[in-house]
This record gives sequence, structure tokens and C-alpha cells, in this order.
Amino acid sequence: MSRVLIVARNTFREAVRDRVLYNLVFFALLLIASAVVVGQISMDIESVVMVSLGLSAISLIGLLIAVFTGVGLVSKEIDKRTLHAVLAKPLRRWEFLLGKFAGLVLTLTVNTAAMAAGLFLAILYLKHSLVRGDAVVLAAVYLILLKLALVVALAMLFSCFTSPLLAILFTGGLYVAGLFVAQLRNLQTTQFNPQTQKLFTVLSYLLPNFENYDVMGAAAHGRAIPASLVLHDTLYTILYCGIVLSAAAAIFSRKDLK
Amino acid sequence: MQVEEGEVFGFLGPNGAGKSTTIKLLMGIIFPTAGSARILGKPVSDVPMHRDIGYLPEQPYFYDYLTAAEALDYFARFHGFTATERKERVHKMLKKVGLETAGKIQLRKYSKGMLQRVGLAQAILHDPKLVILDEPMSGLDPVGRREVRDIILELKNDGKTILFSTHILSDAEMLCDRVGVIAGGKLRGVGAPGSIVGVQSVGMEIVFEIAEGRQLAETIRAKVAKSGANYRITVSEAELYETLEQLRATGAKVISVTQVKPTLEDFFMELVGKDRAQAAAIEVSGK
Repeated sequence: MSRVLIVARNTFREAVRDRVLYNLVFFALLLIASAVVVGQISMDIESVVMVSLGLSAISLIGLLIAVFTGVGLVSKEIDKRTLHAVLAKPLRRWEFLLGKFAGLVLTLTVNTAAMAAGLFLAILYLKHSLVRGDAVVLAAVYLILLKLALVVALAMLFSCFTSPLLAILFTGGLYVAGLFVAQLRNLQTTQFNPQTQKLFTVLSYLLPNFENYDVMGAAAHGRAIPASLVLHDTLYTILYCGIVLSAAAAIFSRKDLK
Repeated sequence: MQVEEGEVFGFLGPNGAGKSTTIKLLMGIIFPTAGSARILGKPVSDVPMHRDIGYLPEQPYFYDYLTAAEALDYFARFHGFTATERKERVHKMLKKVGLETAGKIQLRKYSKGMLQRVGLAQAILHDPKLVILDEPMSGLDPVGRREVRDIILELKNDGKTILFSTHILSDAEMLCDRVGVIAGGKLRGVGAPGSIVGVQSVGMEIVFEIAEGRQLAETIRAKVAKSGANYRITVSEAELYETLEQLRATGAKVISVTQVKPTLEDFFMELVGKDRAQAAAIEVSGK
């Protein structure tokens, strides 16, 4: 486990020294600041608009980092051949993979926390005080973070067996598909025969359900987010990431590096 | 092919012969389609065994956002050293490879030769029993090559086993107890650098000088080559005394007489030549 942490720490350090991430966080803070302006011109629903825009910015920036950095985590090391010296150490390939995953999730946690802090400052600026109900925004941010962890795992899986560009497309495609899992599951139409319907149902359970993580509407309107949903999503993420990372490790462990 | 404990083993072959591929197989970077290999008595897939191996990849690349000291510290962590031990070892290694003053510079600012030195440092910082170096001299200037040679000899004196690949034959002749020659993906010979190429003399080289205006005998003139102020001629052992007599008769001053033995380079060239001829024959026959 300590070897996983060594790789994770270094992955985090790489992100900290990469100025692109700072630019993205700056961009997100800018979006939140603009939300304040937009909020001011939206009569009576300032905080709704601002929280919606703020959470969307956090989610979007997080997704960009998760997909692009996630795909490059392993493929960049293979391309640059930095892996050769690392794998000569007493380090198993799955440990390396898990360390990379943990490092990026840690980076995303820090980034998301910074952006969430910006959002709370904006809320404070608008409402002059924070109330207990604003904690739902925190829960929404946590669910975004879980979603990002799952996206990173998927990006890493695809990057283990295909080119970075295809891995980005596959991850993006799967993310979009995962937003419509409920619709796929409840598809009741006479257009398809029962076998196809059944296939859609099975597929809806296999696809990562990204809809689960979307509580932006509730958070913006200050509605409570059930603890059971947070727990469910946490367990779902751990399980799904476990399966995806195990598959990635199985592929990566047998991969010939150039 | 077997590398014995405590020896310096040179793995020779032209570019594309399969040297790096073999080493990558040993290090678990790529996987064999057939056959097996063992290191320190364990299969190459045994990851804990890597504690006792140091590896310098060919044209090594490291995280360029780290300084040399940070990169070495990162690698040292995998061996479970304490913070104090890591600091000591990193300092010692940077000094050993001549990067003591450049330890705090990010690797993106390093030259190829400096990266090679970092590569060497990370390969030996945990005091491994076996050191595998893939083209350790590549990218280095003459001073750097000399320093790497000294480090290899130092490691040998410390009782380490060293396997290194190279296509620079003089390095192999100077450092190796034994060499293995690979060409076209096949091992062509293993043995001491002297024995592998044969001990039979291929002739005698005479170096001499001659005053201007003096005429050399016709038979000598045909074979002689001028280098600087001196002349050199290579003759068979049977012709040696007769040639010396002719030179003396023309008033030449003999500077040296040396036995010419086949070099690794001759052996190497012969192998490569055979390979190319074989490849051409296959191409012509269409098989």
C-alpha cells in the first residue's frame, strides 16, 4: 500500500506543478464570479442561478481534468518511457495504476475544494450569511467528486488498450450515455421487440449511472439531499471504480510497453 | 546465456540486434512469446526480486518536473529507506555521478548526458546485487564515458554483477570479463573478449620512418600506408624478417613491430556481414 501512496504523491506533485490546472481552476472561479453578476440580474432567484452555474462550472472543469489528465496518466508515461525506470523498482503494475488513480483523485479533490470554496464565498457575498441549508451545496460538490473519480477510472481503463484520442472519445461517450441510464431502463415502446428491450435493460445496469450524481436542481433550490442517496452513490462509486480499475490492471499487467 | 555472479558481462550487437529487447524482457517491460529467463534464481516476473536489481534504461527519461534530487528521492522511496537514509544516499549518488551542483535543477533543463547520469544514479542508489545497464555510455562525452567506466569498475570491485549492453566495442574490451554477441536476434557467441574472436594472429604490423629521397622496395611500396610522419605495413609472420631486412637495406628506421590480433570489431563486422548476406539471399530467393 505504501508503494501506491508513493506513486499517488508524485502524481499529485506533477499536477501541482502543472500550470494548466491552475488556469482551469482560475477559469472556474471566473465562472462563479460571473454567476454572481448573472444572479444579480435574475430577480428573486439569484442564489438558484448562482448555485446552478457554480456547480455546473465545478462539474465541467472537473470533467475536463478527469478525462484529459486521466487518459494521459498512463499513456503519457508509456510514450515518454518514464515508466521503464519506475517499473524496475519493486513495484507491481497494479500498484502503479492504483497510485496514479489515487493521485489524480487527490488532485481533483483539492481542485474541487478550491472551486467549492469560491462558490461559498460567492453565496456569502450574495446572501451576507451562510445557513445550515447551504450544506446541500457541499453534498452536491461531494457527489460531483464521486462522479469525477468514476470518470478517471474509465479514462484509465480505456487508455490501457487504445490511443489517447480514442480513450477520450470513449470516456466522453460513456459519460454521455451514462446520463441517460434511467431513460434507457424505462424505455417502453412498441418499436423494439422484447429481446431488444431486454438488452436495453441489461445495458442500463451495466453502464455507469451518472444520473445518480446529479443533484444540482435540489442543491440550487435548497432542497435536502437524502443521506441514503449520498451513501448509495458512495458505495456505487467504490464498487464501480473497483471493477473498472481491476479490468484496467488486468490489461495493463499484460501490456508490452514500447 | 548465463551471467555469472560478480562478473562484468557485455551484451554486444549492432543496432536492432535485440539487445534492448532482451533487457526489457528481463526487466518485465515486455513479455516473451516463448522461453524463460531467471534473475538471481527467480523468474523475471518476480517483482520483489527487483529490490536486488538496478536498471538503467536506454536513453532514460524521468519526470521532467522533478529536480534530480527529487527524482532520486522518489526512486529511493520504493526501497523503503527512511528520510535520513534517502537524503544521505541521494547526496552520495549525485556526487558519484558528478551532479552534486545540479541536484536542485529541474530535469527538463538537463542535457542528454546529464539525464544518463541521473539514470545511472537511480540504478545503483539502493546498492543492488545486479546492475543492468542498457547502453550506459550513449549520449556521454569522453569525460562522461570515462566516469561511467570508472563507476562500472568500482561496482565490480564491490562484488556486484553487471550486465551492460553496448555497441561500442572498445568499452566492452576494456571492461568485460565476458561478452555475449547478438546479431539478428540470435546469440552468436559467448566468452572472454579475447577468446570469442580467436587468438590466432592475423599478421604483424611494422611502423617505420624513412628519410626523404630514400626509395622503398617495390613489394613494400605496394602495401605501405602513411600515417603522419610514419609509415605502416602489415605482413604475415612468415614475411616479417624478410620485410624487416628490406626496410633495413633501404635505411628505414623501424619504430615498432606489433602482433595484430582480430578485434571484437572484426568479429562483429564478420557477423553483421554474414547476417546481411543471409538477409539478401532470403530476399532474392523470396523465402
